[in-house]
Amino acid sequence: MDAGIPLSLTVNGVALSRLVEPRTSLVDFLRYELELTGTHVGCEHGVCGACTVRVDGAIARACLMLAVQADGARVDTIEGVAGTGEVFDLQQAFAEENALQCGFCTPGMLLTAQDLLSRTPDAGSDEIREALSGNYCRCTGYHAMVDAIRKTSESRRRGTGGGPHR
Amino acid sequence: MKPPPFAYHRPASLDEALALLERYGSDGRILAGGQSLVPALNMRLAAPAALIDINRLPGLDAIRLAPEGLVIGALARHADVEIAPLVLRHARPIALAMPHVGHRAIRTRGTIGGSVALADPAAELPACLLALDARIRVAGPGSQREISAQRFFQGIYTTDLSPHEMVTAVVVPPGPADWTSRFVELARRHGDYALVGLAAHGHVENSIAREMRLAFCGVGPTPLRATRAEAKLRGRALGPSVRAEAVSALEADLDPPGDVHASSALRRHLARVLLAWVLASMA
Repeated sequence: MDAGIPLSLTVNGVALSRLVEPRTSLVDFLRYELELTGTHVGCEHGVCGACTVRVDGAIARACLMLAVQADGARVDTIEGVAGTGEVFDLQQAFAEENALQCGFCTPGMLLTAQDLLSRTPDAGSDEIREALSGNYCRCTGYHAMVDAIRKTSESRRRGTGGGPHR
Repeated sequence: MKPPPFAYHRPASLDEALALLERYGSDGRILAGGQSLVPALNMRLAAPAALIDINRLPGLDAIRLAPEGLVIGALARHADVEIAPLVLRHARPIALAMPHVGHRAIRTRGTIGGSVALADPAAELPACLLALDARIRVAGPGSQREISAQRFFQGIYTTDLSPHEMVTAVVVPPGPADWTSRFVELARRHGDYALVGLAAHGHVENSIAREMRLAFCGVGPTPLRATRAEAKLRGRALGPSVRAEAVSALEADLDPPGDVHASSALRRHLARVLLAWVLASMA
C-alpha cells in the first residue's frame, strides 16, 4: 500500500505540496490537512452538494475526487472566492433575502450560483432552480435563494454588483 | 463512509494502464471521472486492491471525426460533450441527453467511458448509443476491438468487457445529416436517474418516417430498442393513428421491472407517454 503520494496543487491562489494517502478525498484534504473547513461534508456520495468546490475553474464534488487527482490543479474553495470578494454581492444578497438559516449548504450554494452566473449572467428562475437542484438545503425551501441569485444577476447586469475588491 | 486503503497508480500511457489491468485483473479498477466509482468506494460497496487512474492518458479525451465516424474518447467529460459542435452535428441524441445526466458538478468530472463501462440500466448514454447504432472501442493487452452497443450492454452493470480490457472510445458511424433526434425522460427530480428515458433518432421526410430508432432506458436490465414500435412507423406517415399503433406496440416491446421508485405498470405508462410526445413532435 502506498503510504504517501506527492501532491502539488494551488488552493485559493497558494501553491503547496503535501504527501497524501491515496484514499483521502479532496474534501477531507481541504478540511483536515489545510484546515479550510468552509467546504462542508454532507453525504459523501455526491448527492447533497455541500462539498462543492471549483477545480480548474469548473465546479466539482470534493467528496467524489481523491486528493491525489487534484495534483497540478487549481482549486478554489469558499474561503478563496469570499476572500477575493468574487462572491461578495451574492453573500450580501443571501443575507438580505434570508436565503440561509443553518448555513450548512451555503458554501456549496454560493459556488454553484457563482458558476451559473459566470456562464449564464441572465439566468432566469427556471435555470437557477435547475442549477441548484444538485445542492440540498433542509432549511429554507429554496425560494429565498432563487430570489437572492436573481437579484445578484440583475445588479451585476446593471453594473451595480460586485464586491469591495472588484 | 471512507474508502478502505488501496494502491494508486497513475499510468502515463495506455500500454502502462493495460499492463496494470493485467497485473491486478478484477482486483484493479479503472478510475476515470469517479462519479460512480468513488461513491461506491466511500460506501464500501467496492473495495478494489488498486485504482488505475487514467486521467493522464494523453489524447483519451479527444472528440474527433474519423473515416469510421465520430470518435468520442473515453475521458471526454459529460460537460464537454454537451457543448461539442461535432457531437451536436453527428451524435445529436447524446448532446440532447447530457443535460439530464446528474448535475453540472457531476458532469464536469463524469466521463463517457465511465458511463459506458458502468452500464447502469437507467443511464441516458447507453440508450443514445443504441439509437445511434454506435460501437464501443475497447483495448486489452496487445489487442483492440469494437463491439456494437447492442451486444456490449448485457445486463445490470454487466458488459462484454473482460477484466483485462478498458473502454477507450465510443464510435458513432456516419449517418445522413438530415436525421431528427430527440431525448426525453421523466424523473422524480431534475438530475435523478430517469424512471424512463427515450432516445429517438430517425429520418423523417414530409412527415413520413423513412427510418426510426427508438431506445429506452430505465425499463429493463439494459437499454432496449423498441423494435416492434419502430416497425409500425417505418415507411409510414406519422399521423395520429400510426403514432397510436406504435405506442400500443410498446406493450410487447417492453417488460419493465417494478422497484421502490416506480411500479412496472407506471414505467410502462410513462414509456407510452414519452413515445407519444416524441412522435407528435416529429410529425
